[in-house]
Amino acid sequence: MPYPEVMAESVKKVEATRERRLRETFPRLTPQEKKALLESYHPDYRSETFRPLAVGPNAGQKVPNELADLLEAFSRIDPDTFDLSRVDYETDVLIIGGGGAGTAAALTAQEAGTRVLIATKLRWGDANTIMAQGGIQAADKPNDSPVRHYLDVMGGGGFVNIPQLVWALVLDAPLVIRWLEQLGVMFDKEPDGTMITVHGGGTSRRRMHSCRDYTGMEIMRTLRDEARNRGIQALEFRPAVELLLDDAGNCVGAILYDLETEEYLVVRAKSVVLATGGMGRLHVQGFPTTNHYGATADGLVIAYRAGAEMIFMDTVQYHPTGAAFPEQILGQLVTEKVRGLGAHLVNCDGERFIYELETRDAVSAAIIRECTTVGKGVVTPTGMVGVWLDSPMIDLLRGEGTIRKALPAMVRQYERFGIDITKEPILVYPTQHYQNGGIVMKEDSSTSIPGLFVAGEVSGGVHGRNRLMGNSLLDILVFGRRAGVSAAQWAKAATLGTPTLRHVKEYHEQLIRAGINTDRISPLVLPDYTAPHTRIRRLGGVPVG
Amino acid sequence: MSVAIQREVEQVDVFIMGKRYQVPKGLTILKALEYAGYRLVRGVGCRAGFCGACATVYRKEGDFRLRVGLACQTVIEDRMYLTQIPFYPAVKKTYDIEQLRPDADTILRLYPEVTRCLQCNTCRKVCPQDLDVMRYIAAAARGDIAKAADLSFDCLQCGLCTSRCPAEISHYNVATLARRLYGRHLAPPAPHLTARIRELTEGQFDKEVAQMRALSPDQLQTLYAERDIEPEELVPVSKKDED
Ligand SMILES: Cc1cc2nc3c(=O)[nH]c(=O)nc-3n(C[C@H](O)[C@H](O)[C@H](O)COP(=O)(O)OP(=O)(O)OC[C@H]3O[C@@H](n4cnc5c(N)ncnc54)[C@H](O)[C@@H]3O)c2cc1C
Ligand code: FES
Repeated sequence: MPYPEVMAESVKKVEATRERRLRETFPRLTPQEKKALLESYHPDYRSETFRPLAVGPNAGQKVPNELADLLEAFSRIDPDTFDLSRVDYETDVLIIGGGGAGTAAALTAQEAGTRVLIATKLRWGDANTIMAQGGIQAADKPNDSPVRHYLDVMGGGGFVNIPQLVWALVLDAPLVIRWLEQLGVMFDKEPDGTMITVHGGGTSRRRMHSCRDYTGMEIMRTLRDEARNRGIQALEFRPAVELLLDDAGNCVGAILYDLETEEYLVVRAKSVVLATGGMGRLHVQGFPTTNHYGATADGLVIAYRAGAEMIFMDTVQYHPTGAAFPEQILGQLVTEKVRGLGAHLVNCDGERFIYELETRDAVSAAIIRECTTVGKGVVTPTGMVGVWLDSPMIDLLRGEGTIRKALPAMVRQYERFGIDITKEPILVYPTQHYQNGGIVMKEDSSTSIPGLFVAGEVSGGVHGRNRLMGNSLLDILVFGRRAGVSAAQWAKAATLGTPTLRHVKEYHEQLIRAGINTDRISPLVLPDYTAPHTRIRRLGGVPVG
Repeated sequence: MSVAIQREVEQVDVFIMGKRYQVPKGLTILKALEYAGYRLVRGVGCRAGFCGACATVYRKEGDFRLRVGLACQTVIEDRMYLTQIPFYPAVKKTYDIEQLRPDADTILRLYPEVTRCLQCNTCRKVCPQDLDVMRYIAAAARGDIAKAADLSFDCLQCGLCTSRCPAEISHYNVATLARRLYGRHLAPPAPHLTARIRELTEGQFDKEVAQMRALSPDQLQTLYAERDIEPEELVPVSKKDED
């Protein structure tokens, strides 16, 4: 038994109820029950953790405090003295962010006949995309239809999604899957080519396509390989820290910061695609996160400063099943596919407390309720609390060996720490996972700033207030491809004005007028995980926040 | 979410590029580097065992063996000597996947060095994903693309194999080629997808889409609440059994 004694006792109870649970079904929530559950337990409803923004297009609207801190902060650049006349790179379409959305945009922009350049923070592909495990949705089976898919997306998002974006998402979906197939992505298939599809939370048809549980990795490495074959250049370790607008207000490039040489570099472009992904590393409300190291909301910060409007930034997606044990992998994702394949969520007594495939917000809220008010969580030796995800159920339901074949990444992840998920349940607790909202865009990926296009997690509106599993990988490809085409079209017609940082100067002035007196600078670029004592010593012993 | 439990954390010694630091026991190598004060830019990405950015080489005191692992997935031990391999140059050929044939010729033309394999099996021993790297290279070299694709599927492209190979093969790039060849040329395209795309281009859903667009928010919500859910089919998730 890999679990310490306090936890092992509870595991026995989980084992004891398996037989019974195999036969019983658990009722789904009624809309009223779901609403009540969310209002009482979902972290989005803890109003003290949000605050209204003081300046900018969304002034007066609430966002998480951690994000507000970055939006109400000053640029790293002094707009009065920075020299924009020395241009380091010149291109037609600048793509900021080398994840799935950015790479897809690069491919279509190049196909449309423009020169493209990618600038990215870490290595090309070090992104949330490469971490996606579970799968990608598309309504391509005979019993399914884009209209059903639409209904599921709207229902999942709370019916506030921007309908035109959702239609683009579901109607492009089969085309995106075919595109991936033709690029050589190895989907899980039957010998005749039929896709093996399963459910995800909130789906009414089994439409989750997968590449084992390395779906994002398989997509990312294929897109990147294709882009390399086509000679597309990526500037790695050079994140964008400010956008450039010309005198007419068009977006005409960006300032990059070389993380190694610490130089600022100027890129002039005719149009810009912003595809910087999400903000998990802000650790909203202190939650751990599933996101990659560079998910720090930079794109939101620089676009907001340039005047782009955001939507649904008052809601954050917590993935219900983040690892709560062992400590070393705290917050890391346990894919929803585990539940999709039939694993139960059970409390310390081995009892189910929620239908596992409710939408993520509801499952997260139910777990938090179980661990707080109900008091049936399992406490670990380091004081974390969680509930069991009873993975061995999968083999009981679907036959011995299923787990190893369908979930190799999960099996390996836990084996590294001595836990065999085919035999033992795993302890989980919600973890910060996805930025539901973002920069408002239209169906062609354009924003309120001419020449600026967005795609992927940094954008908002498609998923309403809650994204369903498998719709983000889809979203980044649907809108990444559209953004590339739109940005190329724009670039072909654009005439370049003189680039300026006037918007930064004006934003600074607004901050000062709003009485924001702070030494905070943003974007964050990378979180600092060094031990507090080293940070203090770095500054010669002065304690810092 | 955490219940405060005060406890003395035992400290261990680690040597980062030769310098000694004391860090709490139980950390991963990645977190130990950070604890010691290193603000990482290189050698870190997903922090979860998916991106392959954090390849690490280490030795334990008193042991002649050179060990490797992913810094984000390996727990430190007392008196470990650590360094990272944030970048390792590899050969990546460019090609038009459409034009290639899924056979040995293609592999040998683009990556002829696969024939230099000495069968030392070092690649397999160092693979943090425990993949049978040597066997997938052999499969690729003899044109068994399906096997090479399958055996290499879980590759994170961390490059440890490439860093240690005496025959100087860039295994993970050969593997990418094999998988793309398989996905593009050997796996049959999904027939239902072809059918759906035809239906879409013929405008078969236009009417339904228009109807749905015309619904009031209330009607949409009712339709959602009443929609039928396809039952979960409880058959094993099939996948070709290799060996
Ligand atoms: C663990 C995990 C599992 C997931 N599983 C699924 C799933 O099964 N199905 C699904 O549909 N979705 C899933 N998601 C969500 C989905 O993977 C992401 O939302 C999606 O991949 C985001 O793609 P993106 O291209 O918008 O952003 P990313 O893939 O994160 O790429 C953004 C890129 O921009 C770079 N960047 C950031 N800031 C800057 C800057 N200032 N300048 C330049 N570059 C910058 C980043 O380094 C990164 O390379 C999962 C997410 C995670 C974290
Ligand atoms: S940081 Fe991505 S594998 Fe370790």
